[in-house]
Amino acid sequence: MSTFVYMTRCDGCGHCVDICPSDIMHIDENIRRAKNIEPNFCWECYSCVKACPNHAIDVRGYADFAPMGHSVRVRREEEKGTISWKIKFRNGTTKDFVSPITTKPWGKFIPKLAEGDKPNQGEINSQRLYTEPQGLNIDGELPSVPKDSFKKGVYY
Amino acid sequence: MMTVNPYATLAESIPSAVIQGFVLVMLALIFFGTVIQMIHHKNITYFFNNAKKAKLSAERELSTGHKAAIIAKTVVHDIATTAELGIGKRRVAHVLGMWGTILFWVASVVMIFCYSSVGAVTPDIWPMMWHVGAIMTCIGGYWFWLFLRVDVLAEAHPWYRIIKADLFVLTLLACATFGLAWSYTQSLNLENRWDDKVYLVLYILSNIALFGGVYWSKFAHMFYKPGAAIQKNLAEADGSRDNLPPLAEAPKQFGLGIKREQPKHY
Repeated sequence: MSTFVYMTRCDGCGHCVDICPSDIMHIDENIRRAKNIEPNFCWECYSCVKACPNHAIDVRGYADFAPMGHSVRVRREEEKGTISWKIKFRNGTTKDFVSPITTKPWGKFIPKLAEGDKPNQGEINSQRLYTEPQGLNIDGELPSVPKDSFKKGVYY
Repeated sequence: MMTVNPYATLAESIPSAVIQGFVLVMLALIFFGTVIQMIHHKNITYFFNNAKKAKLSAERELSTGHKAAIIAKTVVHDIATTAELGIGKRRVAHVLGMWGTILFWVASVVMIFCYSSVGAVTPDIWPMMWHVGAIMTCIGGYWFWLFLRVDVLAEAHPWYRIIKADLFVLTLLACATFGLAWSYTQSLNLENRWDDKVYLVLYILSNIALFGGVYWSKFAHMFYKPGAAIQKNLAEADGSRDNLPPLAEAPKQFGLGIKREQPKHY
């Protein structure tokens, strides 16, 4: 239930070591290839899967993400700004998605929150998050789903 | 020094048959080390199982000619220039080390088996190739060892920390370095001084460590990596792509993309 590395594909470049938010992707001391040193602490955030230039990292995902026996593979094409996903279910059904890369260069575009205005009580009580809706590039109101369109049932 | 066959000079004191026997023993060590490693690590089993799986999910059947063309292209583009390392210093260092080592070993074998008998005249090209190969190996290897190794670059370990994975690169560097030192001191004609003999012993020991350590070291990656590159390109061509998605057609709003940074943000 975590990331694992195809040793024939890995060339020990260190991109997964660099990007892992849990610092659990490390370099094996015997073969100098990447490995997950603590699979229990893996969030399956897919950062390393996407960062790997050789598609050497794969994930055994949890059953709530996709049914057992599935495959989720990612192809990141920096020059196009795309991340393509292929989900293959155990019955052979495949789904392909393409999404934009939203990663920013390291250390840049960090919001300077200390220099911003202090929120007033109305903004603190609001359900909107910081910079919404301008931060989402939305003019006017945030889109919402009318409650009467919800399916009947129990929502958690 | 560059145009002198060091093995011909050595053959004046050691029979060339002994030197040739040493090379054959080293070749046998490579063979048995790789075979035992294959049995223990089950690399070949993995490769064949993977190939079977890929065939099941293939979208099209490749003709023999198409396969041969893909393999030839992989050998020229991917393997000969280690394309998997992308564009950058790691690739340059690896290409220097790889081709340097190939030149060094090929020239060694030719000089030992063809030109090490007493009275044989070695064409200048072979000693030149041997020395240039050793120098290229040293440049690429030390560059990698001191600056580009992932332990140093991405994990921030000091360059002098040695682990088991270093067995291959360190013994290879020792071979090239002591080989050059031995050739140089031998060419000085120091009249029975200790220098060249010490470097010769170190050169022999580093060769034994390099070829005798195949089972424990990364030596066999020279055989596996080309196989993996061929399998990857065949999988791309037959549509199985190791379950990877196809290349994206990026809409305009996805922007210009980003530039990958070096993995050194520790």
